[in-house]
Amino acid sequence: MKFINYLGSIAGISIYPMASLLLFTTFFVAASLWAFKADKKMVDHISRIPLDNDDTNAQ
Amino acid sequence: MSLEKFYYDNRTVKWFAYACMFWGLIGMLAGLWAALELVIPGLNMGFAPITFGRLRPVHTNAVIFAFVGNGIFMGVYYSLQRLCKARMFSDLLSKVHFWGWQAIIAGGALTLFLGYTTGKEYAELEWPFDIAITLIWVVFGANMLGTILRRRESHLYVAIWFYIGTWVAIAMLHIINSFEFPLSLFKSYSWYAGVQDALVQWWYGHNAVAFFLTTPYLGLMYYFVPKATNRPVYSYRWSIIHFWSLIFIYIWAGPHHLLYTALPEWAQSLGTAFSIMLIAPSWGGMLNGLLTLRGAWDRVREDAILKFFVVALTCYGMATFEGPMLSLKNVNAISHYTDWTIAHVHVGALGWNGFLTFGILYWMIPRIFGTQLFSRKWANTHFWIGTLGIIFYVIPLYWAAFTQSMMWKQFTEEGQLKYQFMETVTTIVPMYALRAVGGMLYISGLILMIVNLTKTIRKGAFIANEAAEAPALPKEIVTHGKAHWHNWIERRPIQLVVFSLVVVAIGGLLEMMPTFLIRSNIPTISSVKPYTPLELHGRDIYLREGCYNCHSQMIRPFRDEVARYGEYSKAGEFVYDHPFQWGSKRTGPDLARIGGKYPDSWHFNHMLDPTSMSPGSIMPAYPWLFEERVDKSKTPAMINVMRKLGVPYAAGYEQQAIADLEKQAQGIAASLQKDKLPIKADREIIALIAYLQRMGKDIKSAPKPAPVANNAEF
Repeated sequence: MKFINYLGSIAGISIYPMASLLLFTTFFVAASLWAFKADKKMVDHISRIPLDNDDTNAQ
Repeated sequence: MSLEKFYYDNRTVKWFAYACMFWGLIGMLAGLWAALELVIPGLNMGFAPITFGRLRPVHTNAVIFAFVGNGIFMGVYYSLQRLCKARMFSDLLSKVHFWGWQAIIAGGALTLFLGYTTGKEYAELEWPFDIAITLIWVVFGANMLGTILRRRESHLYVAIWFYIGTWVAIAMLHIINSFEFPLSLFKSYSWYAGVQDALVQWWYGHNAVAFFLTTPYLGLMYYFVPKATNRPVYSYRWSIIHFWSLIFIYIWAGPHHLLYTALPEWAQSLGTAFSIMLIAPSWGGMLNGLLTLRGAWDRVREDAILKFFVVALTCYGMATFEGPMLSLKNVNAISHYTDWTIAHVHVGALGWNGFLTFGILYWMIPRIFGTQLFSRKWANTHFWIGTLGIIFYVIPLYWAAFTQSMMWKQFTEEGQLKYQFMETVTTIVPMYALRAVGGMLYISGLILMIVNLTKTIRKGAFIANEAAEAPALPKEIVTHGKAHWHNWIERRPIQLVVFSLVVVAIGGLLEMMPTFLIRSNIPTISSVKPYTPLELHGRDIYLREGCYNCHSQMIRPFRDEVARYGEYSKAGEFVYDHPFQWGSKRTGPDLARIGGKYPDSWHFNHMLDPTSMSPGSIMPAYPWLFEERVDKSKTPAMINVMRKLGVPYAAGYEQQAIADLEKQAQGIAASLQKDKLPIKADREIIALIAYLQRMGKDIKSAPKPAPVANNAEF
C-alpha cells in the first residue's frame, strides 16, 4: 500500500535531495575547516568573554 | 586606553524573570488541570473555557511563549549586555518589548479560553495577535541589534550567534505560517489548505521547537554554564560547528511529523534523513556543555545550580536522541498519535527548558539583588522534587504509549481487531493519573523556588543599574594571529543576521517549494466537494472546541487503522480544508471517516453525555452546544472568504447560503425528532452533527479504484 508519489511528475524532482545533501556537506566542511584552523589565541580570547566581566557583587 | 563607565540595565531583566516565574506557574497549573481532566472528565465542571480542548492550547502556549519566552528574554537581556559590555540599546524599547509581550500573553490566553483559535497547533493565536507578535519581535530585534552595534567587545561570543539565529528564524517561521484571511476581529482561516497547510504548519511547529525552545536556550547555556562553573566552555571550536550545523539542519526536519500521512513520500524521507543528521550537532552541543563542568564535578554534588544544569543538558541529550529515533518510519508507526509524543516533549520542556531556567534564576537573582540565595538547602530540595516530577511524568506516559499502540495493532486469529478503542483508553487511564502526580511534584518544586527567591529578594537590595567599565571599541580591530575569511562574519552582526537568514531560508525553500509548485498537481478527487454552509459552521465549532487536540483526521495506511477507521486518507480529500485538521494525538479515535458511521441521534446523545454512548469515555460533555445558536449573520462572509482562498463556490452563492443552511439544519432536526430528540434547528449541535456526518464521505461516492494490496509493514 504505497502513496502515489504525485511529486514524481515534476521534472527533475530528484535534484532536490541531492542539492540539499551537497549544500549541507559543503557547508559543514567549510564550518569545520574554519573552526579548526582558527587562531588559538583568538579562540581562547573569545571563549573567555563571558568570564571577563567583573561581577563585583557576585558571590 | 581610557575606560568608559556605563551601567547594565537589570530592571528589564528582573521584570522578565518575574514574568517567567509567574507565567510558568500559571501555564503549568493549566497543564496539571488538563492532565487531571483526562482522569476525571467532569473536572471542567460544565464550564466551556476550561474544557480540555481549550485548556490544552492555553497550557502549551503559556509554557512555550510565556514561561520559556520570558525565560529567553530574561537570559538574553542579562547576558547580551555583559557579552557586549554595553547597556541595552534603548530603555524605551526594552519597556515596549516587556509590556507588549505580556499583553500578547494575557490577551492570547483570554481569547484561547473563549475559543478563538486558528486551529493550528502551537500557532493557535488569532490574526491580531500574530501581527502584535511580529511587531514586538521587531522591537526585540532592534533592541538586540542596537546593543550589538554599540558593543565594546570586538568579537561576538557564540551565545550571541544563537540569539541572532533565533531571532531571524522565528521571524521567518512566524510570518510564513501565519498567512491567514480574517473573517472577523478574532477569526481567520489559514491561507493554505490540506497537505500544504500541514507541511507549512509542521515546518513551523518543528522549528518553533528548534528556534524557540532550543537555539535561544543553547545560547543561554553557552553563557550561564561557563559563568556558574567559572571556566570557559570546553571547546569553543565545537560551539561554532554546533551553531552552523544546527541551524542549517533543523529547518529541514519538519516533515517527520507527517510520516505515513498523505504528505508526499519524498518530503517524508527528507524529514527523516535530516532528523538523523541532527543527532551530531545536538550531541556535540550537549557534550560541550557537560564537558565544561570537567574538573568541577566535586561542586556538582553541593551546588544545586550545577545540578540543574547537568540534568538540563542530559535531558537535552535524551530528547535530541529520541527525536531522530521517532522520525524513523518504523518507530513513528508505533509512537505517532500516542502519549509517546507527549512524554518526549516533556523531557525537553521539563528537563531542558525548565531546569536550565531554574538554574539561571538561582544564579542570577541573588546577583542582581547583591545578596546570597536565601536557602541552598531548599534549592537542592527543589532539584530532587523536580527530578522526581520528571520521572513520574514521563515513565507512565511511555508505558501508556507502548501499551496503547500495541493494543491498537492487535488482531485476533480470526483477523478481527482484538480491542475496541475504548478498551485501549481505559487501560491507560491509571497511567494518566500517575502522570498528574509527576506534574504535581514538578509544580511543588517550582513553588518552593518562587518562595526561596522571594525571600532572597527581600533580604537583598536591587541593583537597577549595575556599574561597569570597559574600553571603547577600537576603530581598528586588532586580530590575534592571522586574519581569516570567517573573521569577516565573526565580528559583524549584520552579516551574521543575513547569513543566518540565508542558511535557514535555503532549507525552508527547498523543502516547501515543490509542494507549492504543484498546487495543480494534487490529484483532485472529483467527488470531493466544498463544505456546505452548515458544515462550515460545524467545522468552526470543531475548531473552537479544540477537537483536534484529541482526535486526528488522518488514517495511515496500516492494516489496523484501515480496519478500525476505514479507507486510508488521500491528499486530494483535504483540498478545501482551511486549516487542515490532521491532529497529532489520538486520545480519542480518528474521525477522518466518522461521517455516516453513526446516526445523528448517536452524535446528539454522545455530545450531551459521552458515556451514554461510549461507557468509560473520558471525553467531556458539551451541553452548551445545545443552547448556543449558529451565527447565521456570518455565513455569507464565510463563503466569500473561502472563495477568496480558492474554494470553488459559485458566484453569488453567498446569497443563497443561508437558505441552504436552514434547509440542511431542518433536515437534521427532523431526523433527530424521529428518534424522539426534539431540538431547534438553529442550535450549534446541529451544525456540528452536519460537519461530523460529512467527514470522509465524499470519497465513498467516487468510482471504485483498483483494490489495494495489504501494507507490507503492518
